[in-house]
Amino acid sequence: MKLDKYIRPEVFPTPFCQGCGHGILMQAILRALDELSLDIDKMVFVSGIGCAAWIPSPHFAADTLHTLHGRPIAYATGIKLFNPALKVVVISGDGDLAAIGGNHLIHAARRNIELTVICANNSIYGMTGGQVAPTTPCGAKTATTPQGASEPPFDLCKLVWGAGATYIARSTVFHVKELVKYIKKALTHKGFSFIDTVSPCYTQYGRRNQNVCGTSPANMVLDLKNISVRAKQPDELFTFSEKDKILTGEFK
Amino acid sequence: MPQFLQGNEACALGAIKAGCRFYAGYPITPSSEIMEQMARELPKVGGVFVQMEDEIGSMGAVIGATWAGAKAMTATSGPGLTLMLENIGYAIMTETPCVIVDVQRAGPSTGQATKPASGDVMQVRWGASGDYEIIALSPWSATEMYEMTIQAFNLAETYRVPVFLLADEAVGHIRESAVISPDIPVVNRVDHTDLPTFGNSKDNSVTPMPMFGQGRKLSVTGSTHDEWGYRKTQSPEAQATSVARFCNKIKQNTDKIISYESYHIEDAETIVIAYGFTARSALKAVQTARADGHKVGLIRLKTIWPFPEGIFRELPKTVKKIVVPEMNQGQIVREIQRFTALPVEQYNKTNGTVITASEIADKLNEIR
Repeated sequence: MKLDKYIRPEVFPTPFCQGCGHGILMQAILRALDELSLDIDKMVFVSGIGCAAWIPSPHFAADTLHTLHGRPIAYATGIKLFNPALKVVVISGDGDLAAIGGNHLIHAARRNIELTVICANNSIYGMTGGQVAPTTPCGAKTATTPQGASEPPFDLCKLVWGAGATYIARSTVFHVKELVKYIKKALTHKGFSFIDTVSPCYTQYGRRNQNVCGTSPANMVLDLKNISVRAKQPDELFTFSEKDKILTGEFK
Repeated sequence: MPQFLQGNEACALGAIKAGCRFYAGYPITPSSEIMEQMARELPKVGGVFVQMEDEIGSMGAVIGATWAGAKAMTATSGPGLTLMLENIGYAIMTETPCVIVDVQRAGPSTGQATKPASGDVMQVRWGASGDYEIIALSPWSATEMYEMTIQAFNLAETYRVPVFLLADEAVGHIRESAVISPDIPVVNRVDHTDLPTFGNSKDNSVTPMPMFGQGRKLSVTGSTHDEWGYRKTQSPEAQATSVARFCNKIKQNTDKIISYESYHIEDAETIVIAYGFTARSALKAVQTARADGHKVGLIRLKTIWPFPEGIFRELPKTVKKIVVPEMNQGQIVREIQRFTALPVEQYNKTNGTVITASEIADKLNEIR
């Protein structure tokens, strides 16, 4: 398997749960940089805290910086500004990037600094036990919303669009070919690029919400096919209103 | 050749001299002139300046830039430092050399933004979570804002630790004739690509600071890790080894790190121990008392952390009493009490004004 060379052999077995989308996302990222023939020795992968942060750290056989919860974009900013020759990629979760790290996310987008930020969006806090996230849909049951989430969720693509990001896309770990295509575009984009990747968490989200996620991890991944709607125009991001569906595509 | 400089400006000049080529910060009085000066000076030497969205981001960017190869610095004041402390803990855990200037103002909280204090002495020592040793230097003049900034960078590089320059508003904002010596040595980063990223497993000594982009495939994490940076969060041994190194690399080198000055202590019956701007007033009070025939001396702490407990070995047998004036409710006085059986008197002022020489003189008369 040609992607093996990007993985540190000593890190297995993988820490991801059965049915976790992050393993698929990890493969998509590695496939994208392999297809682009990028020199991994000139790349730095930065992550925060959470399950998604473990995609690069320490899996990737590259320079990896596993930082504090919410702060990877700030660290990445320092790396990129001091050495612009390095390709800096932030891979972290929705709680990390959009809750505690929301300020760094919007300001990096505003500065349009050349970072690729890949959000592994599972709509929940996986590692800490399934608490509500800023991306949890209304009504979803979590460890801290036993009656169902009452706050509206963030659409992270709209958020970074408003802040000034210059490449924005959303896909899911079911749509791997599309996901790889978007990641490749993000990695070669001159400016701030953001990819919202819908990546299911059966352990903390699916089992609490089996009425919408199905009764197995595999069903939860397959369900992404049914709930995704591909945007025909980028500006659909601001007009799309189908309930319980996810709009995918390139928005900028 | 002396120059007429503000303390904060001298600090920025010292940073440039020390090789600082990255600054990230967020405005906060009374430290902002350091940031403004760095914004002017760094582009002239090919360095990078960025004003971040907050202090948390500033400290994160400093650490990121350091791993990208920079000597990096930030400056702030008490409330900003509070925000930075989680990231400073990360710098301790990942042995990231960097310099944090804290120009202290009267607090708690936003307190008095333009008034001096020494209220962060314990915050820099114990603010981050977990067990560690830290280095903090205390300048008393614009000249020392320059010199100690260079020294802070040198110590950071030598021990791979974040180093605090613990100034106060009076020193940061003072304008005076400062000596900008061209002869202060600078410790430069060395590269040993064959050594582990974090400590030598043979003797647990500090290994040279590596950098990203060299094909070394560095694994860096704030979680407990082994010497190659692999997470070992379930390992009692990895945790104990790391914490021991963080502490021992400072504790075992205190003779090289610690610096203090003594004035008129040979026959002193009363010793004043002071630091920062307060030591200037203390020196004047001691000189006045000497002129009046009183046997008084001064020890000025240039290093606050690690605490220079060795000063008590230097005390002459004549000493009967110690006086500790501080612009806080008594933070260093307790450290002093830990190491001496002599009676220790404290003089504290927390109203946002400096302690004057006459106030210290009055205290000396009162206890005589």
